[in-house]
Amino acid sequence: MRFVDEFRDPQMAEALLQRIRPLVDKKVQQLGRPLQLMEVCGGHTHAIFRYGLEQLLPEMVELVHGPGCPVCVLPMGRVDDCIAIAEQPNVIFTTFGDAMRVPGSKKSLLQAKAQGADIRMVYSPLDALQLAKKNPDKEVVFFGLGFETTMPSTALTVLQAEKEGITNFSLFCNHITIIPTIKAVLDSPDLHLDGFLGPGHVSMIIGTRPYEFVAQQYKRPMVIAGFEPLDVLQSVWMILQQLDEGRCEVENQYGRIVPPDGNRQALQAVSQVFELREFFEWRGLGSIDHSGVRMRDSYRAWDAEKKFSLPNVKIADPKSCQCGEVLKGVIKPWECKVFGRACTPETPMGALMVSSEGSCSAYFTYGKVNQDDQIPAEQVS
Amino acid sequence: MCLGIPGQVVAIVDAAAQLASVDVCGVKRQVNYACVLEEGAAAESLIGVWVLVHVGFAMSRIDEAEAQSTLALLAELDELNEEMDAIKASVAGSEESAS
Repeated sequence: MRFVDEFRDPQMAEALLQRIRPLVDKKVQQLGRPLQLMEVCGGHTHAIFRYGLEQLLPEMVELVHGPGCPVCVLPMGRVDDCIAIAEQPNVIFTTFGDAMRVPGSKKSLLQAKAQGADIRMVYSPLDALQLAKKNPDKEVVFFGLGFETTMPSTALTVLQAEKEGITNFSLFCNHITIIPTIKAVLDSPDLHLDGFLGPGHVSMIIGTRPYEFVAQQYKRPMVIAGFEPLDVLQSVWMILQQLDEGRCEVENQYGRIVPPDGNRQALQAVSQVFELREFFEWRGLGSIDHSGVRMRDSYRAWDAEKKFSLPNVKIADPKSCQCGEVLKGVIKPWECKVFGRACTPETPMGALMVSSEGSCSAYFTYGKVNQDDQIPAEQVS
Repeated sequence: MCLGIPGQVVAIVDAAAQLASVDVCGVKRQVNYACVLEEGAAAESLIGVWVLVHVGFAMSRIDEAEAQSTLALLAELDELNEEMDAIKASVAGSEESAS
């Protein structure tokens, strides 16, 4: 595949590792502790586990898996809202497959579907719009979630619905924004991060400039990274070079996809349809100011929040669930009380176990725990 | 869910709905191109262009020059390493023959 296979070459990975090792040794000696780098994006978490990159990197580099998995940070109350919509008569509720297993307070979308609600997985919001055209007597609702990466696709779908005069389509908007999230992580007092791998696909929309505050105010290096193994390794090397030279900058390793100014057409569609919410509730992280968007009033005809009356109840995370501490890197996934026992990918309790981009699911699936952490295999499998 | 996959635009299917046929790993799928077409440009100018496809939308053009320059930099590292290995081997070899 073009520009995929080239970025998986093991020989080049070794070449990068040869550059990385001495820089890590030097820095660790100066600091007297391991280096902590956070990958913000769940896509990177997935790539790191899939290719075993953490095992390739020197032991003294700790990768902290950040909050950038939109499925993982979805609060239970929002899942309950989805189910309340889906269980209305005459509704076809559509969603990306990732969200099907996320537990609500009573059930997941998958369980609601089994009980008879018309819930369908789609690949694209445009597929949901097609369903609306084919089923004019039904209300087709699309569950919009994701960071800026996915926002343009739902915004453009709403604009298309408006253009074609399709009125039986609506969006349940749960989009979240990356910048306030990174700020919340940086303001967390129990955190000691040395640098960030920046989210590649969010950045192709918003560009690299919105991250400048990470380097300027918080004095942390940040490298916007691609998702292939060489992309991740090269980005780690770039962060290490910055640390070694005492620089704090926002650099772009993923120039083949990410232009510095982002995507103008995409941003235009997003700002036409969406506006910032005062705050948004996150699973594990609590409420973060201005971290979500809702639909503008001018698009109320396509806004599921306006079309349906929603329970909109705030539901606390289960007490035994420690997703929040894992998200902030305070504890490792396997240090959670329910990891691999009450909480597994088949029957997740916490959201981090749900999506393949969630760090608990990744640890569970790729079995890193067995190797490093002295938990007997039978307890985790 | 935030991952994307590269594909090449092969045809414009529906200019009104901004849909193109994109070849992704040999499979053709209709993809919306609103985000990768500059204002005023003809849709046909996209044919042959490589794009990153995400949930049915072309979200970014793949900048081939940037991709090549990243790869060139990595290849250079690799060559340097090989040279260093060769130098180390020759040093080790000469030390061996001297002893």
